[in-house]
Amino acid sequence: MAGSREGYGADAADTPLDGPVGVLALQGDFREHVNVLTTLGADAVLVRRPDEVAAISGLVIPGGESSVMDKLSRAFGVADALKQRIAGGMPVYGTCAGLIMLADRIVDGIRGQQSLGGLDVAVRRNAFGAQTESFEADLDVPVLGEPPMHAVFIRAPVVAELGDRATALATLENGTVVAVEQGNLIGTSFHPEMTADYRFHQYFLDKIVARSSGL
Amino acid sequence: MSESTTHEFGSNRVKRGLAEMLKGGVIMDVVTAEQARIAEDAGAVAVMALERVPADIRSQGGVARMSDPDLIEAIIAEVSIPVMAKARIGHFVEAQVLQALNVDYIDESEVLSPADYVNHIDKWDYTVPFVCGATNLGEALRRINEGAAMIRSKGEAGTGDVSEATKHIRKIKSEIAALSSMSKDELYVAAKELQAPYDLVVEVAETGKLPVVLFTAGGVATPADAAMMMQLGADGVFVGSGIFKSGNPAQRAAAVVKATTFYDDPSVIAEVSRGLGEAMVGINVADLAAPHRLAERGW
Repeated sequence: MAGSREGYGADAADTPLDGPVGVLALQGDFREHVNVLTTLGADAVLVRRPDEVAAISGLVIPGGESSVMDKLSRAFGVADALKQRIAGGMPVYGTCAGLIMLADRIVDGIRGQQSLGGLDVAVRRNAFGAQTESFEADLDVPVLGEPPMHAVFIRAPVVAELGDRATALATLENGTVVAVEQGNLIGTSFHPEMTADYRFHQYFLDKIVARSSGL
Repeated sequence: MSESTTHEFGSNRVKRGLAEMLKGGVIMDVVTAEQARIAEDAGAVAVMALERVPADIRSQGGVARMSDPDLIEAIIAEVSIPVMAKARIGHFVEAQVLQALNVDYIDESEVLSPADYVNHIDKWDYTVPFVCGATNLGEALRRINEGAAMIRSKGEAGTGDVSEATKHIRKIKSEIAALSSMSKDELYVAAKELQAPYDLVVEVAETGKLPVVLFTAGGVATPADAAMMMQLGADGVFVGSGIFKSGNPAQRAAAVVKATTFYDDPSVIAEVSRGLGEAMVGINVADLAAPHRLAERGW
């Protein structure tokens, strides 16, 4: 596997370091992510096929149904292309289903469900139960500073097991990990794209900038 | 997970949010746990649990009601994608029961026999979100005003004839476009003519879209039907009788899912449309006598 998943070091094996930011557009709320990225001044493009992966400098995997994204990403070949870029160190931010797609291990997936992987975590799908258990809550995210983030959890997954290489960025009051980082990969159980608080997206874009400037 | 005073359940954002996550997906009618399994394996983004698909409700006649709780629970136990279930229009107790059964979305549906010919359910009273049918923008906004967190254009369920679905999504989209082009002082009369709340009319005029997700339903039977609805501006599709009344449900279901994602790519739609076997036989809507048109239920 070329490249390192740790740190911010530019990796010659994975290019381009600049270029538009991709948003995986197989299913889910990908247009909301495009709106956020555009608002933050980034150039965003939709990604559905393997040949669209080569030009992007980073990727957002949106909220949606992870089992559907998994199936379609494999059926049309975009999964392998993305795995290669992730292994090379491309920054990726996944929300909700996106966090599941980035997890090395899935708990309570559907039969045969796979992920792209990259984050050394086990993620439990739909960890809170039915839709009536979906909720909003204020969440301290030390890496983003004050104020707390208003987080929206919709049939949300959680990090059931945090591997050695991954770091928790936020937890619920009972200690459940709901945001995680590992090198250039970020995953959140919740949906910042549904609120007006874009600090996670900015944090992700900062990784792309840091990488392209060789920091 | 222990509840906490800092957690807010059943908010508008959370209810509408689940529909946002279903966008670009296909919601399939299923009448058994086995069908639900096939739907999930084929890439459905959610399933609608019911006792009879609309085509059978149509052919068998009689009063159509909420499904048996045992059936709904068996389907919830079988799959991990969201499960929706239908309550009769205005039947707020069926809705209470469905919420108690922990369904993920309630469809207050014209496919069942209405329980109240005057009032729809007051959907603000529930933690579970509702989806409602609409044939035009005014009807959609009246449902949203009552608390619907998702709208589906009605089409004509159980026919396999997509023409009504086409008519309704076009109607809603063109009425939205018309509002967007109006000056502010024209919106008062527009609200009166749409028979819709003024504030919602202003919101639609300003944003150029419904405040909730808009799926389409009623007569979608082929991958090309689904892709056409997406090209007409739907956020996703419901497929009812079209899948499990066809010759090869698993393959057709997977094909409709792919055509919905790649709705703007005719080569993909062509590829997935090959060798699907018999589509549902269907009924031409024009041959249906007015009393048998489900879309005219609800107002």
